[in-house]
Amino acid sequence: MPHVRDIPTLTEKKLLSLEKKANLIRQDLLQMLETAGSGHSAGPLGLADIFTALYFHVLDHDPKKPMWKDRDRLLLSCGHVAPIRYATMAHAGYFPKSELKTLRKFGSKLQGHPEYLMMPALESTSGPLGDGSPQSAGMAYIGKKEGAPWHVYCIMSDGELEAGITWEAAMFAGKHALHNLTWIIDRNNIQIDGYTEDIMPLEPLRDKFEAFNFEVVEIDGHNIREFVDACEYSKSVWERPVVIIAHTIPGRGVDFMEFDFKWHGVPPGSGPEDKYKKPNQLNEALKELRTLGGKIESESE
Amino acid sequence: MTVPKTAKLNPAWRKKESLKQIPTRNGFGEGLVEAGKADKNIYVLSADLTESTRAQMFKDVFPERFVQMGVSEQSLAAVAAGMALTGKTVWIASYACFSPGRNWEQIRTTGCLQRVNLKIAGAHAGVSVGPDGATHQMTEDIALMRVLPEMKVLVPCDAIETRKATVAASKMKGPVYVRFARSGSPVFTTEKTPFEVGKAQVFRTGNDVAIIGCGPLVYEALMAAEELSKLGIEARVINNVSIKPMDEKTIIAAARECGAVVTIEEAQAAAGMGGAVCELLAETYPVPVERIGMQDRFGESGEPRELLEAFGLTAPAIVKAVKKIMKRKA
Repeated sequence: MPHVRDIPTLTEKKLLSLEKKANLIRQDLLQMLETAGSGHSAGPLGLADIFTALYFHVLDHDPKKPMWKDRDRLLLSCGHVAPIRYATMAHAGYFPKSELKTLRKFGSKLQGHPEYLMMPALESTSGPLGDGSPQSAGMAYIGKKEGAPWHVYCIMSDGELEAGITWEAAMFAGKHALHNLTWIIDRNNIQIDGYTEDIMPLEPLRDKFEAFNFEVVEIDGHNIREFVDACEYSKSVWERPVVIIAHTIPGRGVDFMEFDFKWHGVPPGSGPEDKYKKPNQLNEALKELRTLGGKIESESE
Repeated sequence: MTVPKTAKLNPAWRKKESLKQIPTRNGFGEGLVEAGKADKNIYVLSADLTESTRAQMFKDVFPERFVQMGVSEQSLAAVAAGMALTGKTVWIASYACFSPGRNWEQIRTTGCLQRVNLKIAGAHAGVSVGPDGATHQMTEDIALMRVLPEMKVLVPCDAIETRKATVAASKMKGPVYVRFARSGSPVFTTEKTPFEVGKAQVFRTGNDVAIIGCGPLVYEALMAAEELSKLGIEARVINNVSIKPMDEKTIIAAARECGAVVTIEEAQAAAGMGGAVCELLAETYPVPVERIGMQDRFGESGEPRELLEAFGLTAPAIVKAVKKIMKRKA
């Protein structure tokens, strides 16, 4: 049997704390995006719950020793959503939160797209879509061969599945039954030019991955418990790699950004003005997050 | 004026018939085995061209460190980079027209931008591939690779030097491209011929013109120099194996002392090794330069020797270029 490390039990108390954490991370995310003046909003917001669950529950890692040799590896293939990873890593203690303001600025290690050499804890450089999955498979191949305790996770967008290299990597991962590899697909249905099913249909996505010898789990990507359960399940499957298709809502948490591809590639302050003028977009978004979308009336509640 | 003792060429180098004709790719296979013995972290990935790239030689000795990728050059590079990120040194072997021809972006992003130990073996480069024709005759790879930050580019001149280059590349930090050819070519260097990344070797002394070559065509340069000598022109012949980093000192000295330069490579004359020499000399010591190579066209089917002759890549073409440049020389 391969070496498998357990993911801790997710108690109700822990779940609640993760949900709160995801909300705070979303707020920091929007502020850093607005300061940067460019970058993507919808995708990063949609991944806040998954990143929070990974860094605060699923991953075996140590922010104080980021290159610890037995750490779980998390690759972000769709590099354009990097701000959510940066914000989550800052919360996890990889670097001071004050550094989030340097996003996309000259001299910052928070590059517009993640750069491994600037911050090795990012595990890989990404941005050109499709390159993350083969790298994660290469890592997992070595990890499996050497019986390493670490697990490899790779987060991919749905749009990037249109890149042929993804399916080359899927063939490789399937061939070698990389049980220590879990791909997480952010199935939010949008890409820059519109909806994925209009641009280049991906469905039936489950069938495609099953045909490539993957175990497929579909979850609500905003339900942290479902996501953690899927990660646990993926560790129990050792005859093939696992792909978690996480159905997410782009822009999740900010009503006026949700499911609107016009918010895919712009930050608050530069977005479409059908609801709010540019100068008010950040404050309106933060207000919504702080009041949990109107579930509570005042921010102090 | 003749071969300097330091070059340690095969004493019989003038007699082509007496030299072994071995493809440079064989040196690659031998080099992989040598490197694999010295370092158990070396892996070799092949894209369905294991025998013809000679990756087979490594596979035979270290099957557990050989990975078959099938016809998937993009993931060939990126899977290798992922392995390299775990601390391995990973060679990827295919034909140059597919790797780096097809996977340049993955080499750029996952190899160079991450500065990992990704080593690219570009086999079957140049028109001497022969009957397979233009689709398989890679002539743009030197340009594609040398423009990449972090990338080193080596084009060894015979099987022995290819073995040395492969071993050296395996020990270096960061991405390296090594280019070699399909068909047999004279083995005219020896084990004792110096090889060092970043160094060009003077294979023949002379002060009338410098012929700077890379790959198996360096032998053509030596043959041309012999012909030129009969005409009273003493050519310096330089084996410019390390295109990046280039041995600027040796190249600039050749320009200064000879006053004219002819470059020869089995690749596009544009942006290749000759292009790199021109960039260097234009900024340091401008002298007339003639670049011999593919002149903005593709190859076609034919026998290797026939094609080299047809595209003006053999000794007579060098002699012609030298005669032309002697008129330009101030």
